[in-house]
Amino acid sequence: MLEVDALKKSYGNLLAVNGVSLRAGVGEIVGLLGPNGAGKTTTVSMIAGLTTPDSGTVRIEGRPLSGDRDPIKRRIGLVPQDLALFDELTAHANLQLFAALYNLDGAAAKRAIGDTLELVGLADRAQERVKNYSGGMKRRLNLAAALLHDPQILLLDEPTVGVDPQSRNAIFDNLEVLKSRGKTLVYTTHYMEEAERLCDRVVIIDHGQVVANDTLQGLYRLLPVTNLLAVEFDSGQDGIDLNEIQAVPGVRFAKFEAGTLRVGLQNLATETPRVLEWLVERGHLYRNVASERADLESVFLTLTGRSLRDS
Amino acid sequence: MMIPFRALVRKDLLLFFVDRRALLMSFAVPIAIASFFGYVTGGSGDQANAGKIFVLAVDRDHSAISREIVNRLSAEKALDVKPSTPLDARAAVRKGSATVAVIIPPNFGQEAGEAFFGPSEKPQIGVLFDPSHSAERAMVAGILSGDVMQAVSKEMFTGQTGRDVLKTSLADVEQSQGMSPQIKKPLEDLLRSADRLNRQSDQTPGLSGGLSMPYTTREEAVTAHENVQYNGYAHAFAGMVVQFGLFLGIDVGIGLLQQRQRGLWKRFRAAPLSRSTLLGSRAVSAAILAFLVVQVNFLFARFVFGVKVEGSMLGFLGVSAAFALMTAGFGMLIATLGKTPEATRGLSIFVVLIVVMLGGAWIPMFLFPQWLQKLTVVMPSRWAMDGLEATTWRGLGLEAALLPIAVLLLFAALFGGLAVARFRWEVEG
Repeated sequence: MLEVDALKKSYGNLLAVNGVSLRAGVGEIVGLLGPNGAGKTTTVSMIAGLTTPDSGTVRIEGRPLSGDRDPIKRRIGLVPQDLALFDELTAHANLQLFAALYNLDGAAAKRAIGDTLELVGLADRAQERVKNYSGGMKRRLNLAAALLHDPQILLLDEPTVGVDPQSRNAIFDNLEVLKSRGKTLVYTTHYMEEAERLCDRVVIIDHGQVVANDTLQGLYRLLPVTNLLAVEFDSGQDGIDLNEIQAVPGVRFAKFEAGTLRVGLQNLATETPRVLEWLVERGHLYRNVASERADLESVFLTLTGRSLRDS
Repeated sequence: MMIPFRALVRKDLLLFFVDRRALLMSFAVPIAIASFFGYVTGGSGDQANAGKIFVLAVDRDHSAISREIVNRLSAEKALDVKPSTPLDARAAVRKGSATVAVIIPPNFGQEAGEAFFGPSEKPQIGVLFDPSHSAERAMVAGILSGDVMQAVSKEMFTGQTGRDVLKTSLADVEQSQGMSPQIKKPLEDLLRSADRLNRQSDQTPGLSGGLSMPYTTREEAVTAHENVQYNGYAHAFAGMVVQFGLFLGIDVGIGLLQQRQRGLWKRFRAAPLSRSTLLGSRAVSAAILAFLVVQVNFLFARFVFGVKVEGSMLGFLGVSAAFALMTAGFGMLIATLGKTPEATRGLSIFVVLIVVMLGGAWIPMFLFPQWLQKLTVVMPSRWAMDGLEATTWRGLGLEAALLPIAVLLLFAALFGGLAVARFRWEVEG
C-alpha cells in the first residue's frame, strides 16, 4: 500500500508539485496522467526518496520513508524515464550490478536475474552488450532492472517513451503479469491511451496539482456525455431540426459538423435506437452510423480547458 | 554493505577496461609522449648524439687559423658542425634548420695575429643565431672564444703566420723613433724571446700548443649511485603519468555527471545505500585505476628504457598511492563543479594543463621566474613529480618521499571534502 499526502516541492520560484495526494493498493495500477512538466516525475522522485519534499508525507505500507539507507526502500522499484543502463556492459552485467545494490549476489542474484530476464523476454540475449539492443529491448531491460529485488511497489516513469507498438505491448503484458501477482504499480504517462488500457485509477495532474483522481468510469462521469453518435446522410442536413432531436429522451446535444450529425448521449445502448428511429420516422435516411466513446483527452479538456496533446 | 560497494567498484573497473578510448588515454598515449620527451631530452644516458647544437661554419679566410678554428669547433661534443656559405647559412638560420652560424671573414688569420701582439683593429667573426635559441647562442659564443684564443695563440707562437708577424713587429719596434726606451726595451725582449721559443719548438713539439685554458673540468651527473647515468625517461614518464593520471580524474568526474544525466544516479539513489557507499566506491575505483596507470607506465619505462626505482620502493609505492587518492579526490571535485559533462570537461582540461605545467611536468621548474617557482608548492602535480623523481632516478630513501606523500594526502582530503560538501544529492525533476 502506497499513501501519498499533500506533497509539495518548489525549485526557486517554480512550484513543481503543489499538494499531490494519492493512494495505490495491492494489485492496483494507478496512472499519473498529465502533460510534460505537470509535476509527474517530481512526484515519483519524492515517492522514491530521490527528492526531499518541502512538505507532505509518503508512506510505504504504513511507514514513512526516512533516510538514504531506510530498508523500506527495498519495497520500491523505480523504472526511470531515461534508459538508466550501462550501454558498454552486457544485460547480465547490468542486472548483476543492480541486483547487488539490494545486497543480492551469488545464487540469489542469479535466480533473480534469470526470472526477470524471462519475464521481459530477454533471457536469450543476456550476454549481449546493451548498446546492441533495440530501443524496445532497452526499455524492457530498464524495467527488468527495477524488478530484481522483487519490490511490492513499482514506480514507472513514462516507461514506453520512444518504443515501437510491439515493444509497448510487450511491456504492457509484463505490467499486467505484475499486477496479477499483486504488485502495486504507479504509472506516469502523458499518453491517455496507455492510462486507459492499463490503469485502474487515474490521477490527472496539471501545473503540479491534482485535478482529478478516480477510476476511468468515475472520470467519464465528469463529462457531459460519455458517447457520441455520428450519423451521415445522403441528402445532407436538409430538413433536420436540431431542436427536435435534442428533445429526444437521453440526447444531451445535437450539432452538425462537416455535414455529419453528432449527437451526444449518456447511454449508447439504450439511447441510440431511439435517435435512429426518430430519424427514419421523419424520412431522414442515413447512410452511415458510427459511435465514439469519450476518452481521457475529453476529460482533461473538460477539467483544464486545454487539450492534453497540446499542453 | 560490502556487496553493493564491491559491485559499484567492479562496475567502474569493468567500464574502464571495455572503453578503448580510456585505455588509450591512460596507457598508450602517455607511454608514446613520455617516450618521445625522454628521447629528445637525453634518453637513457647515451649522450653522444643527444641534444647537439647544429652549427654552420663559414670559412671565408681559408687560413691556417680559420681552419684550426673550424676543426676545433667540429671536435666539440656539444656541437654538430657543418660547412656552409654565407647565403646558405643565413637562410638556414632564418628557416630554423640551423641554430647558429659562425662566419669567419676573409683575412681573419692575419688581422687576428696582428691584433694579438699589437694595437691593430680586431677582426670580427659573424655569429648569426635563431632568436628562439638564445641559450644555445651564448653557449656557442663561449666555446668559440676559447677555440679562437687557442687557434690564434698557437699560430702566433709556432706557426708560419706568427713568425712572419713576429718578425714584422720586431722590425717595427726596432725602427720606431717615438717609442720611449722604457717601453721599447722590454717589448724587444718579449718579441725576441717569442722568436727563440718558435725556433726551439721546431725541435720540441710539446711547446707548440699555443695558449690554452688553465684548467679542465671533471663533470659528474649526481644520480642515484656512482656510475648510474641520468635517465631522461624517468622525468618524462613521471610528468606524463601525472598529466594523464589527472586526465583520468577528469573522466571520473565526467562519468559521474553522465550517470546523473542518463538517469543511472536515480537508480543508485533509489536503492537503500548510504552516500558514503555511493561516493566512496567511486573514489576507490578511481584511485585503483590511477594507481594502475602509474604502475603500468613505469613498468613499461622499466623494461623498455631501463627506468628503475633506484631509491625506496616503499616510497615509490607510497607516492603512487597518495597521487592516486589525490586524483580520485580531484575527480570527485570535478563532478561538483559543473552541471553538464560538456561544460565541465573543457574547464577541467584547462585546469589540469595549468596544474601539470606549473608542476614541472613539461618544462623544468628552474626556467620559471622565482615567484612562480614559489607558487608551485600549491600544485599537487609538483609534489607528485618531486616524489616520483626522488624515488626513481634520484635514488633517495623513504624519508624523501614522506613530505610529497603527506602533501598529496592533504590535497586528496581537501578535494574529497570539498566534493562531498558540494555534491548535489538531490535529483531534480
